[in-house]
Amino acid sequence: MNIPQNLQYLKSHEWVHLEGDTATVGISDFAQEQLGDVVYVELPKVGQIASSDETLAVVESVKTASDIYSPVSGEVIEVNASLEGSPEQINESPYELGWLFKVRVTGLSSELLDPSSYHLVAEAEA
Amino acid sequence: MTLTAEKPSTLTSQNSNFPLIFERSQAGRRGVIPPQAALEQNVDLVALLGAENLRSSAPALPEVSELDLVRHYTGLANRQFSVDANFYPLGSCTMKYNPKVHEVAAAWFTDLHPYQALETAQGALELLHSLGQSLATITGMDAVTLQPAAGAHGEFTGILMIRKYFEQKGQLEQRRIVICPDAAHGTNPATAAMAGFEVVEIPGNARGEVDFEALEAALSPHVAAIMLTNPNTLGIFETRILDISSKAKALDIQLYYDGANTNAIVGRARPGDMGFDVIHLNLHKTFTVPHGGGGPGTGPVGVKAHLEPFLPGPIVIKNLEGSALAYGLEHDRPLSIGRVRSFYGNFGNLVRAYAYIRSLGAEGLKDVSSMAVLNANYLRIKLSEQGFATAYPRINMHEFVATPPKGLKTLDFAKALLDYGVHPMTTYFPLVVSEAMMVEPTETESLETLDNYAQIMGEILRKAQANPAWLESAPYTTPVRRLDETLAAKKPVLTYQKMLATK
Repeated sequence: MNIPQNLQYLKSHEWVHLEGDTATVGISDFAQEQLGDVVYVELPKVGQIASSDETLAVVESVKTASDIYSPVSGEVIEVNASLEGSPEQINESPYELGWLFKVRVTGLSSELLDPSSYHLVAEAEA
Repeated sequence: MTLTAEKPSTLTSQNSNFPLIFERSQAGRRGVIPPQAALEQNVDLVALLGAENLRSSAPALPEVSELDLVRHYTGLANRQFSVDANFYPLGSCTMKYNPKVHEVAAAWFTDLHPYQALETAQGALELLHSLGQSLATITGMDAVTLQPAAGAHGEFTGILMIRKYFEQKGQLEQRRIVICPDAAHGTNPATAAMAGFEVVEIPGNARGEVDFEALEAALSPHVAAIMLTNPNTLGIFETRILDISSKAKALDIQLYYDGANTNAIVGRARPGDMGFDVIHLNLHKTFTVPHGGGGPGTGPVGVKAHLEPFLPGPIVIKNLEGSALAYGLEHDRPLSIGRVRSFYGNFGNLVRAYAYIRSLGAEGLKDVSSMAVLNANYLRIKLSEQGFATAYPRINMHEFVATPPKGLKTLDFAKALLDYGVHPMTTYFPLVVSEAMMVEPTETESLETLDNYAQIMGEILRKAQANPAWLESAPYTTPVRRLDETLAAKKPVLTYQKMLATK
């Protein structure tokens, strides 16, 4: 199971990468595997204010549609517009090309998990 | 000389490249030659139809002989999967057998036109009136509209009436919320959102029912309606329904019954008695209208008396005031939400449902739900003997949700079943169960069919456990094998013109 050490996670399978006051958010390798081929992504708007643990995006696969929760609070400063034409990047590269949105962070979710805790969550669901 | 049993490579019955009727076209080939006399008559088409309505070129119709045409559609029919041919346990869809006598009854009405004078269509109106009364009796409601064309359309009609009810009370600004369980059919929150409400989702509990405490906590004078399915999408009866309805009633919150699962209770329990204010039925599920081919469906809506003024009109009334006819149409309904469908709904389907109700009678309808529940529970036990877990192992109603052993995917089982001539179960629904297999055998299947299905599921499981690659590559005998569902979802090709353009 690919769970990078430099990221934090939610038990609902989002990852967040914190760098200065910028957070990049995506879904885990385990999540993309469970979803199957992603066909559509609904992204937030730049400028939208996110609160942690609130739905901010929707990822739709051939199997199901899944709400994406924000691991952080703050203003959305960038979205991965290339996903609109190529949502399969989420399957092919969940931690790099498949990122969803970036937030200027004002607060963190109280539910953030470190990689080893997230590993236990994913393993229990596998 | 040696004889080989090799299959011919162009076996048309299994040919994956089954041509469109347009692709069979040969220039100049005809099925019918019209009488010359008709063509030679000097008709001034411009004067008759107007120059703007005349084509400048001939329509691009397929040019085939009558035999080409018959073989094309017979070939398509033979490739079709249907409940007449095979077992079809598609959960939540109630793919029961549709008795052929209903088709005979529907055919009696094919010469009827919705614009003909009412005094010449009294029989049809009597049928509509009587069907509405039967459905009201079966569901415990006071009045019924037969107009909606399908289940989701019925939901929309029902929620619009609830909206109108609060509008009349001057509470529409305040009543902003519609509550749906997290296991609800996707149409429930979609309906509420389309009608302008905000959706609040309530989780389920460990027993597979709505979490009553969470529901209670969400109730307030801001809630317009609670949408429930009972039994719910897990096939489990909501045992606290009377507590839910009394809590709702105290705050004037309207209780909406999604009738998709009525087959579990028909003739035995009535949503009206449980405290529901509005219900839609799917006549194509519970009341044997053929479905699965894209419609048309029929989704009548029943309401309690306080919502009756909001029903779409016109409504068939017996001995309507000011009319000499036995059955008339009441158009003067000032509080109505208005028409939701042209004419009287999908009339042919209403005839089929009426025929079903009248041929079974009240006692027969009880047998429907009893057998549907018995068959589903029998199959749940048989599948668990074969190694499939049940998501909520307790007595279920007309359907249940099973799961495959860890590591195996429901999608692969659905594909493998095609090789055995069985329609797959509903997969990945409800969303609250991972790898969900939702199975609904219906009351019309025999013990032998159920046993055979359990055997097949067991065989697929054992073969998959011995050789996972075998399961992942199924099916093997279908005209097409694994379709590119991603491409189909992203770039659907829906018309022949589009195909031409992309060639």
